[in-house]
Amino acid sequence: MKISISVNGEHVAVDVAPRMHLIDMLRDRLDLTGSHVGCEHGVCGACTILLDGVAVRGCLVLAVQADGCAVLTVEGMAQDARFDDLRAAFVAHNALQCGYCTPGMLAVAAELLDAGGTPDREAIRAHMSGNYCRCTGYQAIIDAVETVMKARA
Amino acid sequence: MKAPAFDYVRAKDAAEAQALLARHGDGARLLAGGQSLLATLNLRLSEPAILIDIGRIGLDAIEMRRDALHIGALVTHAAIARSVLVAQHVPLLADAAPHIAHAAIRNRGTIGGSLGLADPAAEWPACALALGATLILSSSARGERRLAAGDFFQGLYQTAMAPDEMILGVDFPVLAPDERQACPELTRRHGDYAIVGVACALRLVAGRVRGLRAAFFGVGPTPMLAREAMAAAEGETPAEAARAATKALPRDLDPPDDPSMDAATRLHLAQVLLRRAITRLAA
Repeated sequence: MKISISVNGEHVAVDVAPRMHLIDMLRDRLDLTGSHVGCEHGVCGACTILLDGVAVRGCLVLAVQADGCAVLTVEGMAQDARFDDLRAAFVAHNALQCGYCTPGMLAVAAELLDAGGTPDREAIRAHMSGNYCRCTGYQAIIDAVETVMKARA
Repeated sequence: MKAPAFDYVRAKDAAEAQALLARHGDGARLLAGGQSLLATLNLRLSEPAILIDIGRIGLDAIEMRRDALHIGALVTHAAIARSVLVAQHVPLLADAAPHIAHAAIRNRGTIGGSLGLADPAAEWPACALALGATLILSSSARGERRLAAGDFFQGLYQTAMAPDEMILGVDFPVLAPDERQACPELTRRHGDYAIVGVACALRLVAGRVRGLRAAFFGVGPTPMLAREAMAAAEGETPAEAARAATKALPRDLDPPDDPSMDAATRLHLAQVLLRRAITRLAA
């Protein structure tokens, strides 16, 4: 099935089988391997990307469902000045070690930043709770997001 | 894993979706938000021949219809969580929404999908049962019909829906002036399925509890109304209502033993949750 989709601001046409997950299309067909695949049933959050501005699981969306939509992956975020402070805060706070979870973490953090305000650590933690990190123990990730939220407020 | 192969068709409106359902029969599944269905396919627990994508047919309104708050089948959990109308008229749903999975799942998952799946540990079926909501179902052969939530949930993942029917939406009664609602639940980790949860509503009239409604989830094959507990609380002071309802609850619930928790512990936790809910709501 032919779909047309905007990926990191670029329009692409792709022919995909209905069963192909959006995350596999991004990684295997468009070579955007920044987003990772973990559990493939929506639990770990590693494949989280922004679809029309909201965080979604790339393994729980079919590529055909995203026909006509706009996807933003970590590759797009890397070249987008709107996320400079978020990336810098992740570096400054050592909010990653192996980096496997980081693209997903950045996507859900970006959604929280879009909502604005200064949520407390508990609210940040609740928002990020669907993304697993097996290295950092989460504190540094929450530190980084909290720092950016406060600086932007 | 990857999903098995299937055909895919995107319906342009609800009528076409129903026609496709009728044509393809048992081999077809409606794809709404896909947050349960696609996980099920990825785990190879289900192998439908065709998915009928209803993600772009509308049915996404939250609006007052006469004396009820209507929520379209394709309204997402996230949209319910941030709706001013929901917070004002059916606060039970606003209280329940943050318990549902995680933010990225709530962005896609829909109330119609949750009701239709009828997962026994899910929040929306219990909320619909507690408040006596009405589901609006439709098929191309027989048109629309309205069904009370109490008649809809029939067993483990089983509902009164015919194979050719779809959910168009659900009507929730609006909050009475002296009514309070809450949906507490216990989980091991944030976003996990509930060990036990209760969709709870009551009115406080001259210091007495009236019309307690308590629908438990995670304790049986369907959401369960705790009828004995509800009756025991009627007309009592808040403290006595909490005590009497808690005492009566073992007559309502018979949770199964499972590997994560024995039945006695789960029942105890259900009692703790009900006592807390009544105490908090009647405070």
